Amino acid sequence: MMVRRNNIFANLDWISILMWLVMLTFGWMNIYSANIMEADSGIFDLSQRFGKQLLWIGASILFAVLLLVLDAKFYTYFAYFLYAVLIVVLIGVLVFGKEINGAKSWFVIGGFQLQPSEFAKPITALALANLLTSHNYNLRKFWHLLQAGAIIISPPMLILLQPDLGSALVYFAFIFVLFREGFSAHTMLMLAALGFLFFATLIMDKVLLLLILVIAGTLIYMIVSRSFKKGAINLAWTAGLFGALFGINYLFDLGFSLFILGLVTLVPISIGLTIKGFKVKDYTNMKILAGVIIAIAFTIAVNYAMNNILKPHQQHRIYVTLGLEDDPQGVGYNVNQSKIAIGSGGFSGKGYLNGTQTKLHFVPEQSTDFIFCTVGEEWGFLGTTFVILLYIGFLLRMIMMAERQRSSFSRIFGYGFISILFIHILINIGMTIGLLPVIGIPLPFFSYGGSSLWAFTMFLFIFLRLDASRLELLR
Amino acid sequence: MNQFTDRRYIFTVAIILVGLVFIIRLFQIQVLDKSYEQYALSNAQSARVIYPARGLIFDRNGEIMVFNQAAYDIIVTPRLLEPFDTTELSRILEITREGVKERLHTARTYSIRVPSVFMKQVNYENAALLQEKMYQYPGFYVQTRTLRKYTRPIASHALGYVGEVDQKILDNDPYYQLGDYIGVSGVEKAYESQLRGQKGKNVFLKDVHNQTIESYQGGRLDVPVEVGNNLTVTLDAELQEYGEKLMAPYVGSIVALEPSTGEVLTLVSAPSYAPDLLVGRNLRTQFGNLASDTLNPLFNRALMAQYPPGSTFKTIMALIGLQEKVISVSTEHSCFYGFYVGNIHTACHLHDTPLNLIEAIQNSCNTYFINVLKSILTDVKFNNTANAYDNWRRHLLSLGCTTPLGIELTNELNGNIPESGYYNRIYGEEHWNYLTIRSLAIGQGELLVTPIQMANMTAAIANRGYYITPHLVKAIEEVDAIDPSYTEKHITSIDSANYEPVVEGMDLVINGGAGSTARNAKIQGITVCGKTGTAENPHGNDHSIFIAFAPKENPQIAIAVYVENQGFGTTYAAPIASLMIEKYLTGEVKRTWYENWVMQLTQPVVNTRRSDTTQAVNTTNDGTQE
Repeated sequence: MMVRRNNIFANLDWISILMWLVMLTFGWMNIYSANIMEADSGIFDLSQRFGKQLLWIGASILFAVLLLVLDAKFYTYFAYFLYAVLIVVLIGVLVFGKEINGAKSWFVIGGFQLQPSEFAKPITALALANLLTSHNYNLRKFWHLLQAGAIIISPPMLILLQPDLGSALVYFAFIFVLFREGFSAHTMLMLAALGFLFFATLIMDKVLLLLILVIAGTLIYMIVSRSFKKGAINLAWTAGLFGALFGINYLFDLGFSLFILGLVTLVPISIGLTIKGFKVKDYTNMKILAGVIIAIAFTIAVNYAMNNILKPHQQHRIYVTLGLEDDPQGVGYNVNQSKIAIGSGGFSGKGYLNGTQTKLHFVPEQSTDFIFCTVGEEWGFLGTTFVILLYIGFLLRMIMMAERQRSSFSRIFGYGFISILFIHILINIGMTIGLLPVIGIPLPFFSYGGSSLWAFTMFLFIFLRLDASRLELLR
Repeated sequence: MNQFTDRRYIFTVAIILVGLVFIIRLFQIQVLDKSYEQYALSNAQSARVIYPARGLIFDRNGEIMVFNQAAYDIIVTPRLLEPFDTTELSRILEITREGVKERLHTARTYSIRVPSVFMKQVNYENAALLQEKMYQYPGFYVQTRTLRKYTRPIASHALGYVGEVDQKILDNDPYYQLGDYIGVSGVEKAYESQLRGQKGKNVFLKDVHNQTIESYQGGRLDVPVEVGNNLTVTLDAELQEYGEKLMAPYVGSIVALEPSTGEVLTLVSAPSYAPDLLVGRNLRTQFGNLASDTLNPLFNRALMAQYPPGSTFKTIMALIGLQEKVISVSTEHSCFYGFYVGNIHTACHLHDTPLNLIEAIQNSCNTYFINVLKSILTDVKFNNTANAYDNWRRHLLSLGCTTPLGIELTNELNGNIPESGYYNRIYGEEHWNYLTIRSLAIGQGELLVTPIQMANMTAAIANRGYYITPHLVKAIEEVDAIDPSYTEKHITSIDSANYEPVVEGMDLVINGGAGSTARNAKIQGITVCGKTGTAENPHGNDHSIFIAFAPKENPQIAIAVYVENQGFGTTYAAPIASLMIEKYLTGEVKRTWYENWVMQLTQPVVNTRRSDTTQAVNTTNDGTQE
């Protein structure tokens, strides 16, 4: 035992722990500022948030020690078990949980509240790592991929039922883990393209989008088949047919929209190209065509979903972020106040404990989702840049550490941590500065909240434990 | 380490890229864009404007004429609204639910963040009730304002009214905000900057629930409020009220001045209206009524009506004639029912003949004065009529007849006394002479003056040779002296000595016995000097005119009365002037039978008036107000 413990301490990555402590401390300082009202509360005042957070920090340090003490193998053996417990607990919270702010996400035990959806993150990572390192597992096999998908998707599905959209959304980051482990780059690109297409649908006029897709398809064809002429001919046919249809529509005043006309044009074109393709046995055209058609179908689906499935306030949130709608009083209020708070910080901030926006509670959810505002207002550009550089540094170090693992399990788990951490930072900070829609998720190690703090601590220290035994024999 | 290790670089690049984008964005909003600082400040600060009480207005004897009453506006800041019981609110404010919604909509459209007026001039009870329940209506507050109140319902034209600022003022003067009040006419406008005081400001620190925490930085940004200066006007409130009472049945004007100082004792324009009609909320509803009244009660006849002076002008003709030495006191002309030259004829009433100057004034002989005009225009000093005419006109200028006099009110108009060029254009040079324009000699024709010019002329005669610009301000609190233009003596071009015969004539007009045209204006124990006038009116009955001053020596009051469409000057204008003088000099009127007679109108006025829809005509005969 002694030897092992020495091993741990010798191989433990102290730099990460140091960074972790800096984050906790700085985070706590900002929570203090965001919550301090009267000068005479001591810092240990448990009725105040900063007092409680101090408690959580203390507890998480103990928790961290506990996690380090456990054997690294513990995590591999119990991965699935913990995952099963997790699923049960997530179902349980739907039944026995307490509803706060419209979501049944909490267990209340004693005077304390626990949010299982936070712990689901590291546990899902454990289970995923376990699956991906199981015997004969091959990511390229469809059935195996599906299993990974199931592990990734089950917790968010349950979380969505609470409902807690923000927490569910972050699970999408696990795709990055799959990517690192060999998931097809092409597919990733496709998914990314779909993502862009999604936003393009919302922002652009659909006729323009249709035009762009057709031109893009033609260009791709030109590049792939290395023939300018063929591509130009196709385009000319398409344009000609469209022109004819437009003319007919106009002359007879048929009243079809440009979009419909465009779609109708594509039908004979598609048929023509398909037949030609079969004749010449050259299927590139068809593949590209298929791609274009799928893209168009996707945009139509997105439009439908946006207008008919999403609730108005959700649509509104997205539009506000995209700058399509202005709403300084409603949904945009949070972001507006947030930007004001951060923006008013200037270069070096208003000084610790001097933020007017913070002090006067202009920013809602100030110690939780919008904690970054306090940083921005009181510490200015210097402060915000410091935090971002700290996070970047931390993430890059995690990447370095993940790559030095001999055990795939450790590496996969590491990337799980990195992906989840990254998505939280991206969305949370992005939201406070108005680049992303308002999605309620915490800023790791900064936001007030016991569950979030412990969950991320768990994530970090399990990884640190695994990392500490990286030099042991391969499992 | 595995075959996909290189993919780590994608992660690395992505992370660094995102970090970079964030830092750039933060740089943009924190360092480059300065506007957020402003928003933050406006978030946390809240300024409450403190409105000063408007200066009071006193009459020349220190009686208060205009004072302030508190009015309560309900202000709303839409951004701070939370759901509330609209039914309850509509009940408290006594408006409909739809009314509440409409007003909220108006406020929201104006601005979400800036407070705006939700409802104006709520009565005290409702405001108090709302104030009690204010905690149920976050986003609203009650703002106290002052509205004008009048001790007597008089002098609307002279005092003017206070209304809301319009866009033009907002654009030009940054002192005023939307919803502020400003003097729109009369003395309220002329002395606006004195009366309004200076707005103050209290800046508070407030939190997101709009609860005031404390005074911002200990009141560093606060601006102390300055109360408006009180104003003393030259009007005699009691005399003014009396004058309006006498003129109640008529259309016309009374202007009374104190000759030695140019102070305006009364300024009456009939028909008039009660000043309360244009206060606060009434303004919106009543102004339309008043504006569309066919008798134009809003029109200040004292300053804006251009009337032919009629025979009162003969006094001026006499003065000019004497000054030009083309006539003397003993110059006589005979008159037998009028003036005749060739085919040209101007009628005159029957009287002794021949008459000298003083007698001609006493009897108001047309023939005499046409001859005076002839003498003036054919004066050998000037080689043609036009030059002689211009010289004649020059005298009128010095008597204040050809330009607006310069009283503080902004709507003073000029009379009309054409220059020779006018006649040259109409008749051709050298093609006109005294005969062509003989009606000017008796105060008719193109000759037009305003009542204030007539009164001023009369004051010049009373002073025997000078006048001071008529003005309404006597004193302003905190200010040592009024504008020097209101104390400057304007010496006329007529020598003092030449006034005496004219004064004599005017004395005889009232006190001279047989032949005098205004014996009914005589007051026991006071020597009143005056002159009647009857102006022909092609559209209806003649206008009745009278000018007078009293006492003859050391005169205290000079007055001009103009009554439209009431026939001879003697009949209506003279008694009114006489009663006014008696009231002013003795403090009471003993000839109450005369009073009653004057106030019982028998002649109808030409235009339709006094229909039931207008509230313009203000008083019943005992001066009580609706």
